[in-house]
Amino acid sequence: MPRVVDLTRAREGGPLKLALPRGALWGETLDTLDRIGVDTAELRSDSRSLVFQSGDLTLVTMRPSDVPTYVEAGAADLGITGKDVLLEQRDRIVYEVLDLHYGACRMVLAGRDGDTALDEDERRLGAMRIATKYPRIAERHFEETGRRAEVIEVKGSVELAPLSGLADGIVDLVATGRTLDENGLEVREEIATCTARLIANRVSHKLRAEEVDDLVERLRPEGR
Amino acid sequence: MIHPTPPGTRDILPEEMRELRALEAALRAAFEERGYGEVATPTIEYADVLRQGDERYANAAYRFFDERGDLLAMRSDMTIPIARLVATRLQDAEPPFRLSYIANAFRAVNPQRGQMREFTQAGVELIGAPAPEGTAEVIEVLSAALDAAGLTRAVVGLGDADLYSQLLAELGVEGERRDLILDRLATHDLVGLELAVDEVEGLDAESRATLLALPAMRGGPEVLDHATELGGEAVARASQRLRATHESLVERGVADRVRLDLGLLRDLGYYTGAILEVYDPALGHILGGGGRYDSLIGRFGRELPAAGFALYVERLHVAQSEEERQEGGEA
Repeated sequence: MPRVVDLTRAREGGPLKLALPRGALWGETLDTLDRIGVDTAELRSDSRSLVFQSGDLTLVTMRPSDVPTYVEAGAADLGITGKDVLLEQRDRIVYEVLDLHYGACRMVLAGRDGDTALDEDERRLGAMRIATKYPRIAERHFEETGRRAEVIEVKGSVELAPLSGLADGIVDLVATGRTLDENGLEVREEIATCTARLIANRVSHKLRAEEVDDLVERLRPEGR
Repeated sequence: MIHPTPPGTRDILPEEMRELRALEAALRAAFEERGYGEVATPTIEYADVLRQGDERYANAAYRFFDERGDLLAMRSDMTIPIARLVATRLQDAEPPFRLSYIANAFRAVNPQRGQMREFTQAGVELIGAPAPEGTAEVIEVLSAALDAAGLTRAVVGLGDADLYSQLLAELGVEGERRDLILDRLATHDLVGLELAVDEVEGLDAESRATLLALPAMRGGPEVLDHATELGGEAVARASQRLRATHESLVERGVADRVRLDLGLLRDLGYYTGAILEVYDPALGHILGGGGRYDSLIGRFGRELPAAGFALYVERLHVAQSEEERQEGGEA
């Protein structure tokens, strides 16, 4: 039985290592792997293990926001994560090789239904107060549109911020918009559309070019 | 008591220092053996002078005023100081110049990602020798330096900094659209690159295919044949440049460790023609880089073709210990 570290450390000859996002993209990521013939039965049944061996791939599972960290350092050759994560960590040096087209969400600016506080803040105070889990995306959006915002980073349910008066608006990822509806919030501006992306380590992209390209082609959504 | 050092800086203790010094001695010997004499330049320079070589020194990480009120900057690499040195101290000397250095440089990187703000670079500059022979000689020295460091599995990626921008010019893509496409390529965003290319008006299917195919073309000399099949003047010229360099590498016996890479684009502003990146299978980060910068010395008043490379010494050290560990594990 090889030690986990032997399986996971970057090795020239070993299986390619693919980082997978647990969380919102998990189900569709496993379906996508099934489609290209990777056996995911073990991943589906065992929720506590972190490292799996399946065919010619080593699969390592983690939070979506950790995927770029592992791939940039070469602890994984490739990884799947959301464009929202990549936008928020845009200084990471990884190859963004493929749009997997699933898990589509919108990054939006939202405010309270019919509330004018956002515009009023900007006019009278010179800046909007915005709560978000994506401070860098938010700051960049306001910078690019020539406005100022006081961006407040929160970790949990961001909808709470405008309800409790911490902020007048939020920048957040929206799939169906139901959470916004339920909390009396509405979309004001759309910032970006985010889908699942395949990323590659800079060195693996060069030294294991054929294997990387082969996996990219297998994962490429049909008809694209 | 804890007395901190600034972010991205560190102390080095004897055990590590002994290994670093041994590595540096091996590199220095490899450089000297090939006629590359070592130079030193000041750690601090006038910010205006560095800016003449690279506009981005306007944002150098460490800038401060001296007692006379002059703005000084810490160097972020050795290439610009050496360009200044060649144009001033060596202005009456006969080129080519073969110079080497092992020196610390400073950048405002994010220290939480295992990168240091003060780091050591070891490299050479070959000034006054044009492509392709000058480029090939630099790669030969680079290969010898990697061997001297014990990194026999390390690979050199060789690309062409002008290929993509010349191709865009040939296709009439200009202005913001052109800058956006080059930025996507430099930041390795191949998905964004495709979106940006698709927004170019009046692009025929063949040109679109060429723009999207090039960044993935990497491997042996067969890559150049595939590229030439794509067609176009810019691709043909870049392929010719790379082929000439590659032929010289074959003669020098170092072609085996070089991978041609038509998608390579480094974000340093002064590269012209060949660009280099160094990879080792034991490390997820690049070990160093380099290339040609034929117009850089001219910015200091002396027109001379030039090429060079810089290796990150601390990363070489990490790669060394990884290689040793892997060898130990397999034995």
